[in-house]
Amino acid sequence: MANFSKSNVPQFSVDVYQNEFLPEGGREVNAIVTVTSTGGGTVGGTAVRAYASGSAPDAAVAIMVDCSGSMDYPPTKMRNARDATAAAIDTLRDGVHFAVIGGTHVAKEVYPGGGQLAVADASTRDQAKQALRKLSAGGGTAIGTWLKLADRLLASADVSIRHGILLTDGRNEHESPEDLKAALDACAGRYTCDARGVGTDWEVKEVTGIASALLGTADIVADPSGLAADFTQMMEAAMGKEVADVALRLWTPMGAEIKFVKQVAPTVEELTSRRTEAGPRAGDYPTGSWGDESRDYHVCVQVPNADLGQEMLAARVSLVVPQSDGSVQTLSQGLVRAVWTDDMAASTSINPQVAHYTGQAELAQVIQQGLDARKAGDIDGATAKLGRAVQLAAASGNEDTAKLLAKVVDVEDAATGTVRLKAKVEEADEMTLETRSTKTVRVKK
Amino acid sequence: MSQMRQVTDGAEMSSCPSCEEPLESGDLFCGACGFDLSAAPAPAGTDHPTIAINGAAAQGGSPSAAAQGGAPAAAPGGGPQASAAPESAVQWPQAAELDSTDTPAPVLHPGQLRGTDSSGTELSGSTGGAGRDLTGAAGGPAGSDQEQAGGHAPEPDGGAVRYDHPPQPDEYALQAPDPRTQPPAATPPAGTKVCVACRTGTVDQDGYCEHCGHAQPRERDHMERELDHVAAVSDRGLRHHRNEDAFAVSTTALPDGSPAVVAIVCDGVSSATRPDEASAAASQAANESLLASLPRGTHPQQAMHDAIIAAFDAVNSLAQEPARAREHDPHRHQNAPACTIVGSVIAGGLLVVGWVGDSRVYWVPEDRTAPSARLTEDDSWAAQMVAAGLMNEEEAYADERAHAITGWLGADAYELEPHTASFKPDRAGVVVVCTDGLWNYAEGAAEMAAVVPADASERPLHCAQVLVGHALDGGGHDNVTVAVLPFSLAPQGAGSA
Repeated sequence: MANFSKSNVPQFSVDVYQNEFLPEGGREVNAIVTVTSTGGGTVGGTAVRAYASGSAPDAAVAIMVDCSGSMDYPPTKMRNARDATAAAIDTLRDGVHFAVIGGTHVAKEVYPGGGQLAVADASTRDQAKQALRKLSAGGGTAIGTWLKLADRLLASADVSIRHGILLTDGRNEHESPEDLKAALDACAGRYTCDARGVGTDWEVKEVTGIASALLGTADIVADPSGLAADFTQMMEAAMGKEVADVALRLWTPMGAEIKFVKQVAPTVEELTSRRTEAGPRAGDYPTGSWGDESRDYHVCVQVPNADLGQEMLAARVSLVVPQSDGSVQTLSQGLVRAVWTDDMAASTSINPQVAHYTGQAELAQVIQQGLDARKAGDIDGATAKLGRAVQLAAASGNEDTAKLLAKVVDVEDAATGTVRLKAKVEEADEMTLETRSTKTVRVKK
Repeated sequence: MSQMRQVTDGAEMSSCPSCEEPLESGDLFCGACGFDLSAAPAPAGTDHPTIAINGAAAQGGSPSAAAQGGAPAAAPGGGPQASAAPESAVQWPQAAELDSTDTPAPVLHPGQLRGTDSSGTELSGSTGGAGRDLTGAAGGPAGSDQEQAGGHAPEPDGGAVRYDHPPQPDEYALQAPDPRTQPPAATPPAGTKVCVACRTGTVDQDGYCEHCGHAQPRERDHMERELDHVAAVSDRGLRHHRNEDAFAVSTTALPDGSPAVVAIVCDGVSSATRPDEASAAASQAANESLLASLPRGTHPQQAMHDAIIAAFDAVNSLAQEPARAREHDPHRHQNAPACTIVGSVIAGGLLVVGWVGDSRVYWVPEDRTAPSARLTEDDSWAAQMVAAGLMNEEEAYADERAHAITGWLGADAYELEPHTASFKPDRAGVVVVCTDGLWNYAEGAAEMAAVVPADASERPLHCAQVLVGHALDGGGHDNVTVAVLPFSLAPQGAGSA
């Protein structure tokens, strides 16, 4: 049910899970920072109705549909893409600005055209669906051009949430990787974007790279008939976003060094290199837009050594959102501490959250390494890595990943990670595993 | 300027300063409580309260008393008083309040007793000023009217002379505050605090340096308190990141007016949650319990027993409160808050101790040729081993389990067994109440006595500081808390040794 009593102003909370105790000479502080936003949008199928009670939507969405020639093989792919886009348009709330872009080696405005965005209501939704019929397959693939057009269109509306949905079925063959990279750099921080690969002829790293750079989700829709449901779900999630451009701000003391910052739930996302300086000893890491959701971050800080009995602040973690006047509003904050003790029992225990997510991050890594080794023909390497992945997935209760792994390897003993590579693996299964390798589960309660 | 002169009309001193029993002219001792009325003009330089003399008594019946009263009257000359004016201008009405805590005479009226000495400032008897000099000096604009809370206009030859050792400018603060004695304008804004570690950064709201991140000293890291006849010091030590010890000291009076001195020391159990809150709650509850029961006439030993029960209840109630720490870090193993307790009461010639856990009381006689003694038996693994004859003391304390305690205050204690004991020392000495943070570095009674300074009775705070210093010099592996209570055979003269 929709919760009508919820305010539309999200409340952020920050919880820090760590073992703050360090042994004598210890310098590395690990903490899991759980950020939860509540009271903003609602998620799930009731989001649209829930919104009717609130204020006018403050969002713009661009749907980018691959119309390259390959979309006609089989012809159902184009038809399914059209249907999925129509379903997504049906999910648009009244008042949301939107556009549909047809993508080939160039980007075309399908609806409404004229460098503009339409405002969703019954008639514009209808017109948009009419326009979809004109979509036909033919041409190449240059995703960078689609992203740049989406950026231009989204920027034309004065809204706070800007989001893109990108569908592709093939490799980005008609522009250089540098062009795509340049387009992503230009769009990063301007809007968020979910990316989907349909079929099995696309490049996993391209699609996940787009989603990663634009702080969205990536997934595979191996069977085109599943597109409509996926598009609907993506659009609902987008409609639930209430705050954009939220950054995780880390302050660290003099002499401390941030070893890494990564999102670890719901997916593993490396953020360390995406820091932008924000005043003395502080830096911001982008997290995109937030609805009703919770995400976990793993922060690792190396602090200067201190004497036993000393305590220091290893990091101050805050969620900040930029204001129109250039300042930032701090939504919530938490403290990561370091306390040196000679109590070995205290200093040697690993916080369960830290241990869990360290394992989840390793899981994502060994899946990627295992699949890479398999492609390279390194059977022993692939077996070792994927065996370790099976072991980690079983130990942490990551059942979805365990199931995906079981389609690529025959598991003899999950506890020890004893596996054999399957001789014949469906391409869709391997791509699904690779695309979803970064999905994590939370600590078992 | 802030002058004090203290001449009061003889007629004013009509009742015992201790118990308010009406006095007869010529009384040397109070007929009701036995208060030594001549104790008042004790020589300057001791840190105990001066007691008003009944003028009539002095004049009429007791030349010696009069002499005592007169001679020292010179001591608190205007000069030293003004200069010795302690840190701040305590407001006049508070002076009386302070009296009650550091003199055996909570019933003294404001007009009878001048400002008090809680700081232990010693008087210098330097000036030749006599009572009337003081009168003259104080009689100035400073507001003699106001100051005569209950007195009459000063008489040059004042029958009775009263004075207090430590010059207290306070008395005139309402009317003519002495600029020299004013506290510094205002505490600096919080934002200007500079980190103690790097001396560069300012300190944020959470108590960390904004530059180097170091935690700033907290109030409980080092605490000192001194009252007449008791002082206590608590320190975080060198190896622990917070001070989980707590203490409470206070003085009150028995129904007969004789003084009672209370010291409570608690040591939070580190393996439990919120040990610092447990120790603070326990020490406070025990202290309050004693302050309530002793003046009612409860036997000190029973009062101590009750106080431990009260402390137990206070710690238990903490366990029921929603624990922030618990929600915050659900994976840390959870124990109900817990702490040890040890307390000592000196009242009516008795020395009462009470404890649960391994915090201790030592007796160190003033005459060091006499034996010193430990007055408590630890509730600890080591003590049980020794008591059961399974190990000798040396072996037991060398074992890593030595400090596991078998009794504590807390909701998960099996059963509460408050231990109390009552002693009647036949000689003067000091009572040392401490946590294992100290006795780890001076375990035996003789070792403890060796660390206690010779002038511990006169300077209990100094003694407590020395003992804490001893523990820190030894490594300061634990929080250290020490309370020191001088014991003298004549309660009213306590401390005047």
